[in-house]
Amino acid sequence: MSIENNQLLRISTAGSVDDGKSTLIGRLLYDSKSIFEDQLEAIETTTKRKGREGIDLALFTDGLRDEREQGITIDVAYRYFTTPKRKFIIADTPGHIQYTRNMVTGASTANVAIILVDARNGVIEQTRRHSYIASLLQIPHVIVCVNKMDLVDWKEDRFLDIQQQYEGILSKMSIKDVRYIPISALEGDNVVNRSENMSWYQGAPLLHTLETLHISSDLNKIDARFPVQTIIRPQTDEFHDYRGYAGRLESGILRKGDEVVALPSGFNSRIKSIDTFDGTLEEAFAPMSITITLEDDIDISRGDMIVRKNNQPNQVQEFDAMICWLNSSAARPRGKYTIRHTTNEQKSMIRDVVYKMDINSLERNSEDTEIKTNDICRIKLKTTKPLMIDEYRDNRATGSFILIDDGTNETVAAGMIIS
Amino acid sequence: MSKYYLNYLEELESEAIFVLREVAAQFRNPVILFSGGKDSIVVTHLARKAFYPAKFPFALMHVDTGHNFPETMEYRDQLIQDLGANLIVGSVQEAIDKGRVVEEKGRNASRNVLQITALLDTIESNQIDCAIGGGRRDEEKARAKERFFSHRDDFGQWDPKNQRPELWNLFNGKHFQGEHFRVFPISNWTEMDVWNYILKENIAIPSLYFAHEREVIWRNNSWIPVSEHLNMDERDSPVTKKIRFRTLGDITITGGIESEADTLEKIVEEVAAMRQTERGNRADDKRSESSMEDRKREGYF
Repeated sequence: MSIENNQLLRISTAGSVDDGKSTLIGRLLYDSKSIFEDQLEAIETTTKRKGREGIDLALFTDGLRDEREQGITIDVAYRYFTTPKRKFIIADTPGHIQYTRNMVTGASTANVAIILVDARNGVIEQTRRHSYIASLLQIPHVIVCVNKMDLVDWKEDRFLDIQQQYEGILSKMSIKDVRYIPISALEGDNVVNRSENMSWYQGAPLLHTLETLHISSDLNKIDARFPVQTIIRPQTDEFHDYRGYAGRLESGILRKGDEVVALPSGFNSRIKSIDTFDGTLEEAFAPMSITITLEDDIDISRGDMIVRKNNQPNQVQEFDAMICWLNSSAARPRGKYTIRHTTNEQKSMIRDVVYKMDINSLERNSEDTEIKTNDICRIKLKTTKPLMIDEYRDNRATGSFILIDDGTNETVAAGMIIS
Repeated sequence: MSKYYLNYLEELESEAIFVLREVAAQFRNPVILFSGGKDSIVVTHLARKAFYPAKFPFALMHVDTGHNFPETMEYRDQLIQDLGANLIVGSVQEAIDKGRVVEEKGRNASRNVLQITALLDTIESNQIDCAIGGGRRDEEKARAKERFFSHRDDFGQWDPKNQRPELWNLFNGKHFQGEHFRVFPISNWTEMDVWNYILKENIAIPSLYFAHEREVIWRNNSWIPVSEHLNMDERDSPVTKKIRFRTLGDITITGGIESEADTLEKIVEEVAAMRQTERGNRADDKRSESSMEDRKREGYF
C-alpha cells in the first residue's frame, strides 16, 4: 500500500448513550476491517455475559473500567483506523453538558466534526451544543449524520425536514462547510456501504466522504508563524558555531533567504538555512518540524517567534477571548493565571467577564459573571508582557492558549482569541 | 507545483519531534524508557532527528527484569555505544534481592508487575522528572485514554479520571517536587505506522523481529521461547518452529508467531494482513479485562 499521498484526518464526535455514536464508530471500525479477531472475541464474550445477543458494536469504544461498568464515555478516547486512502484519528467524547470540557478538548485538533442527529427526534438541545462547540473551536468541516433512518422507514421527507431544522441553527454559528448524510449505524446504511434502503440519497456514504474531504487548505498557509521551542547548539568540532532554532512551523511557508523578524525583539535577519536530520530544505511549510539558522547572530530564545518581515502577528497585552473553563474549581474573580500561548509563557489576569454563553439556548448572559466548570465565556485578559497573537478564526495555533493555575499546576482553561 | 501537505507518516513524525522538543524545553532531567522493543527504538530514532545536529538531551533508561532475550541486550549495548548516550539501568533482580518486591511463583510466574517498583525506584533515585515512553493509544483500551503529557503523582500513580485536559498542541508539564511525567511522543501511531516508519527510515531492529528457528512451547495460545527463566513441567513439549516476535517483553511472557517474514518488507506485508492485535500474544495483558489499566494506575509504563 502506498502512503505517499495519504493524509491524516482528525475527526471529533460527541454523543450520549442513546444516540448511536458508539455504534457508529464501532461500525466504521468493523466495516473498514479495522477490528482484530481477539478484540472481536472479547466483545462477543462481554456481550454474552451481559445477556445480550450478537456483537454490541458500541463496546469497541469503551475504555476504562468505570466506563465499561456504567456504560458511559467519561473522557476523550482516541480510536485509529486506516483505509487505502487515509489514516483516521477519532476523538470520541461524551455528549452531556457536564462533559463540555471533554468535547472542547476533542474538538481542538479536529479537521471534521461528526454531529449525530436521531432521525426520530430531529435537532435537539444537544445538537445545538455540539454544533456550537464545533463552531467555537473552528472545526473546518461538519458532517451531520441523520442516524436511525431505519426507525423512520427510510423516509426522505424526514431527512430533508431535519436538514432544514439544522440550517435554522446554522445562522448563529460560523461553520464553513456542512454536509448531511442519512444513515443507520446499526444496520450499516451509508456508513461504509451505500444504502439500498435509501436510493433517493445521491451523495456519498460517510466513509467515502471522510476519505475525500479536501483538507490541504484547512491549515493557514499564508501567515508564516514559527514559535521557537528550543535552541540547538551542538558545540562539537564539526558544528562549532552552529546555533539553530528548533520548532514547528505552525502556519504558512518559509524559504531559505526570506527576510524575517524575530519577535518580540524586532531584530531583522534572513533565513540562512532550514535544517532537518534528512538534509537542508529550500522551503518548509506547516506543520513541519524544522530547525532554522539565521544570517545574523541575534538573541532568540524559547517563546520568541520568527515571522516574515511583511506579515506579522499583533503584539498586545490586552485582548478579548472566548474561554472554556476546564477545572472543577471555579475561576477566582480577577484571578491571576499563567498563560501558555504557543511556546511562550507569561502571567495573566482575567480582568473582566463580558458574558457567559448558554450553549443550549445559544443566549448570552452578561449578568452571571462567575466562571465555573464547563462554562464558556467571553473574557478580557491582560498579560504582563506582550503576546504575539492572531485571531483564532485566522490561525488556530497562534490564536489559542491555555491558562494554568500556579497553585495546582493544572490546566484550568482553554482560550480562543477574538481580538 | 509542489504539494504543501504532509502525508500521515510525515505528520506523525513532525508531531513526535514537536513533543520531544517540548520535553527538552520543559523538564530538567528527562530520560527515554528503552526496552529494546520497536516502539522505544522508534522514539530513540525520533529523538536523534529532533535535536540534530546536536545529540539528544536524554539518557536511556532500561528497566531490566533479568529475564531478557540476549539479542535485546546486545542490541541495547550496541545502540548506546553508537549514540554515545548514557544508560541508566533499573534492576528488578536488585529489587528482589533487596526485598523490595517478592517474586511470583508458579507455572505462569512473571516479573512483569515487579517492573513497576524497579521503575519508580530508579526514577526517584535519579531524580528523573520525565520518562519518555513508546506507548501507543492503539495498543490497549486503557492506553487509548492516555495523554501525550501524562502526570504522575509523588507515588508514581496515574489517575485516569483526573487527567489534565490537553488541547491543541499546548502541553503542560508543570509539576511539583517528587512528581513526574510520562510522555508518549508516538501516542497517535498504530502498529502499522511503526512498521511503515521503520521500513521508510531503514531503522535497525533486533533480529528477534525477523522470522527465525527457535525452540518453543505452546502455552496460552502462543509460542513461548524455551529459556532458563521459563518454568516448565511434564505438560510442556518443546518443539522447533520458525517464528518471529511482534512485540518484545520479558522472555517468559513474550509469545512468538509462526512466520516466514525475514525482511522488513515482508513484515510490513504480514502485519497488514494480521487479524490479531499484537498484544494478543502477551500473557501480561490477558490476566483480566482491566489488567493494563490496573498496572498503569500503579505506575506501569
